[in-house]
Amino acid sequence: MMGFDFSQIGPALPGLIDGMVLTLKLLLLAVSGGVALGTVLALMRLSSNRLLSGASKFYVNYFRSIPLLLVITWFYFVVPLIFKWISGEFVAVGAFTSCLVAFMMFEAAYYAEIVRAGVQSISKGQLNAAYALGMTYGQAMRLIILPQAFRKMMPLLLQQSIILFQDTSLVYAVGLMDFLNTARSKGDIVGQPNEFLILAGVVYFVISFGASTVVKRLQKRLAV
Amino acid sequence: MSAMITLKNVSKWYGDFQVLTDCSTAVEKGEVVVVCGPSGSGKSTLIKTVNALEPFQKGEIIVDGLSVGDPKTDLPKLRARIGMVFQNFELFPHLSITDNLTIAQEKVLGRSKDEARQKGLHYLDRVGLKAHAAKFPGQLSGGQQQRVAIARALSMDPIAMLFDEPTSALDPEMVNEVLDVMVELAHEGMTMMCVTHEMGFARKVANRVIFMDKGAIVEDCAKEEFFGDIKARSERAQHFLSKILQH
Repeated sequence: MMGFDFSQIGPALPGLIDGMVLTLKLLLLAVSGGVALGTVLALMRLSSNRLLSGASKFYVNYFRSIPLLLVITWFYFVVPLIFKWISGEFVAVGAFTSCLVAFMMFEAAYYAEIVRAGVQSISKGQLNAAYALGMTYGQAMRLIILPQAFRKMMPLLLQQSIILFQDTSLVYAVGLMDFLNTARSKGDIVGQPNEFLILAGVVYFVISFGASTVVKRLQKRLAV
Repeated sequence: MSAMITLKNVSKWYGDFQVLTDCSTAVEKGEVVVVCGPSGSGKSTLIKTVNALEPFQKGEIIVDGLSVGDPKTDLPKLRARIGMVFQNFELFPHLSITDNLTIAQEKVLGRSKDEARQKGLHYLDRVGLKAHAAKFPGQLSGGQQQRVAIARALSMDPIAMLFDEPTSALDPEMVNEVLDVMVELAHEGMTMMCVTHEMGFARKVANRVIFMDKGAIVEDCAKEEFFGDIKARSERAQHFLSKILQH
C-alpha cells in the first residue's frame, strides 16, 4: 500500500476554499468580459467595413496562435505599464487583475468565433424583418439577432468556459493563489503533496465533468 | 397629386449581372398593385428596394415624398412607416406573439407598453388569433404565423404595406386564411404592393397588375385590361398567364 494520509486536508480546508473562491471569481469575470469582448470582435468581423473586420481577424488569429501561458506571464509585466500609460502614474495592478485581463483578451478570441458562427446561423430574413419594422442595426442585433444566436450557441460557450475553468490553473506562473496553487503549496508545507494534488484532481474532475454533463443535457434539450 | 410610392428608372446590378432594368411605376394612395412574373424575374428584389432592404444603383424611389436612395434619408424612420410581410413570415422565434407585436412599437415608435399591447392585441384580434397571444411562433401553423406577421406590420400604423410572396411558403389549405386578411385590408383602403402568384386575389382586389420578366417591367396596366384581353398582352405575359391560369 502506498499509505496515503489525507488527515491534513481538514485543517487546510479554509485555505483551499479561499483558493476555489478566487478561481471561480476569476472564471466568472473572465467569461463575462471575454464574451462581451468576443461579441464586439464577432460583430466587427461580420461588418462590411474592411478595416474593422481586418482588425478583428488579426486579433482573433493572433491570440489563437500563441500559448495562454505566454499571455498570462506577458500581461503580468505589460498590464501595469498600460495602466501607467493611461493614468500617468504608477498603479499597483496585482496578479489578479493582470491575469483577468489576460484571460479576457485570450478567451475573447475563442468566444468571437463562437459568436460569429451563432450570428451567421440566424437567417438574413430575421435581420430584414427587424429592419422592415424600423429598427436600427444596433437594435436589430441587440433585440433580435444576438438573443437568438446566444441561445443557439449557449452549449458551445459553456463548453469553452469549462475549458477556461481548467486553464485558470495556469495563474500559478505569476504566483496567484488559485485553487490548484493553494493545494500545491499546502501539500508542500505539510509534506504531503500527493494527497493534496489527488484532492485537487478530484475536485477539478467533479466540477468539469459535472458541468459538461449538464451542458450536454442542455444541448439535447435545445436541439429538439 | 403625387403618388405614395414612385419608382423612376430603377436599375440594380449584382456585379456584372443586371437584376433590375429601368423599372418605373407608381402606387397611388389606396391603390392595390399586384406584381407577378416568373421566378427570377426580379419582383422580390424590386419590392425590397422600396423600403431599402435591397440597395439599387441607378434611378430614384420616392416614398411619401422621401427619396429612398438619398443617403440623408433616415431609413429606419422611413421603414417604420411601411409595413412588410415576408415569404417566410420572419416572426421572431424567441419572442411570444404579444412581444412580436409590441417590440418595434415600443423600441422604434416609443409607445408605452400598455399602448403597444393594446394596439397589438387589437390587430391580433382582427386576424382572428387573439387566443394565441401568449404562445410562441413555433407553436402556430404557417398560416397563423403569416397572419401574426400581418398584424405585426399593421400595429406600426403603416402608410402602405408591401407583401413579398406572402402565401408561397404556405400549405395550400392555409393560403386562403391569409388572402382573406389581405382582401379585407384592400377593401379598407390600405395602399398595397403585393408580389404574388395568386391571380384570384389579383382579380378580386387589385387595381393594377405589373408583370415582370428578366428584371424589367413588361406590363403595367389596370386589372381589367390585364385579365380582359389576354391576346393583347406581351408574348411573355401570355405564356406566363397560360401556365398559371391553366388549372
